[in-house]
Amino acid sequence: MFDGYIGHILDGAVITLEVAFLSLLVATGLGLLGAALRLSHNRWLSRLSAWYCITIRGIPDLVLMLLFFYGGQILANQALEKLGLGERFAFDQFISGVATLGFIYGAYLSETFRGAILAVPRGQAEAGQAYGMNKYQVFFGIVLPQMIRLALPGYTNNWLVMTKASALVSVIGLQDMMYRAKEAGSATREPFTYLLLAGAVYLAITSVSLLLVKWAEKRYSVGVRLGEVS
Amino acid sequence: MDFTIIVERDILALFLQGLLTTLKLLGISLAFGLLISIPLAVLRVSRHPLLAWPVWAYTYILRGTPMLLQLYLIYYGLSQFAAIRESFAWPWLSDATFCTALAFILNTSAYTTELIAGALRNIPHGEIEAARSYGMSKRQMYRHVLLPAALRRSLPAYSNEVLMMLHGTSLASTVTLLDLTAAADRVYATYYMPFEPFVTAGLLYLALTLVLLRLFWLAERRWLAYLQPRGA
Repeated sequence: MFDGYIGHILDGAVITLEVAFLSLLVATGLGLLGAALRLSHNRWLSRLSAWYCITIRGIPDLVLMLLFFYGGQILANQALEKLGLGERFAFDQFISGVATLGFIYGAYLSETFRGAILAVPRGQAEAGQAYGMNKYQVFFGIVLPQMIRLALPGYTNNWLVMTKASALVSVIGLQDMMYRAKEAGSATREPFTYLLLAGAVYLAITSVSLLLVKWAEKRYSVGVRLGEVS
Repeated sequence: MDFTIIVERDILALFLQGLLTTLKLLGISLAFGLLISIPLAVLRVSRHPLLAWPVWAYTYILRGTPMLLQLYLIYYGLSQFAAIRESFAWPWLSDATFCTALAFILNTSAYTTELIAGALRNIPHGEIEAARSYGMSKRQMYRHVLLPAALRRSLPAYSNEVLMMLHGTSLASTVTLLDLTAAADRVYATYYMPFEPFVTAGLLYLALTLVLLRLFWLAERRWLAYLQPRGA
């Protein structure tokens, strides 16, 4: 039925997942950094982080991706020329895609993390300090494990949005699942069939993610008693 | 960087045209999306599984797949079927604007349905009891108590959906429509300058975002005033 294109599309699914996972990694790093800057006592750093969040959230993913992809290429070439490394450098779609998605969702995650850090009761960190822990021990040993539970809903939500947003890399020409489904569709003149197949795989990714989320939320809520009404 | 090129007459006209298309798409998809999602939300919270379940499946599928894929399915995919190509609907379904609007409407209606359904579920029970004790029928309750309360309470979350949709409209550029993103892309392709057009487009989107946020702030002050904490 699928004329051997099924493997082609599943290979694309692997690329989609790679892009999504690596972007999540970049976004998590940038998100933690953004949250740390936002909560820092330095006014300028805090403002910088606030501006990062506002601008990113006000501009569509696709526009940023095109800007990074086309602009990054020119910047890289100019930089190479200045350094005297005359070779032209093709800015990779994979790198641009991961960088853009990571940069965008880093902004969203920094808000999630900031909220979660603020929601950990102040006394917890103070108790750590009272035990003579240093700043890093307090953060990694006490605040972080507690904030994970609070950040989890926002974090997983961003993951779900991001896996879907990763389809945008097909627009700049990366051969992810979306790109391949469209390609197979026009080659066989059965676009609906192949796009539907890709849709089913996206839905499967979402569904598996949701199951994992349920498990993780349970795992990190051990010992937490929620407000029990009646 | 040389932004003077952006204010040249042709390019400025191109950007304005793109902006108009973006706003048109946004307005149409939000209006129709909201219109369908209200009855869908009512069905979604129904205790009758045959009413609730199809709506659950609808929102689950639309929220679980990328909007780009939905757009491609409608615009490229439907042409696969001869029955559709020969049907009365083909003039519309082969039109990029119609297909894009349709994809956007379906997508936003799924998210909005869940928003409103969530708000309906979280209406304080006292309000329902009060409505009942006035002798209201179920229809009257929805019309006068439940829906107004749920729509008001979903305003903050709906503002997020509106912003997501504004960003989403940029996908129209992938199916040949000349929206704000496509205008920037065209300028890039003509002059081989990526920064100026995309930064301009980005700033215009940012400005639209800020305007929309302000409108929602005003709307919340108007319609959610009764839920605000009272001042001292």
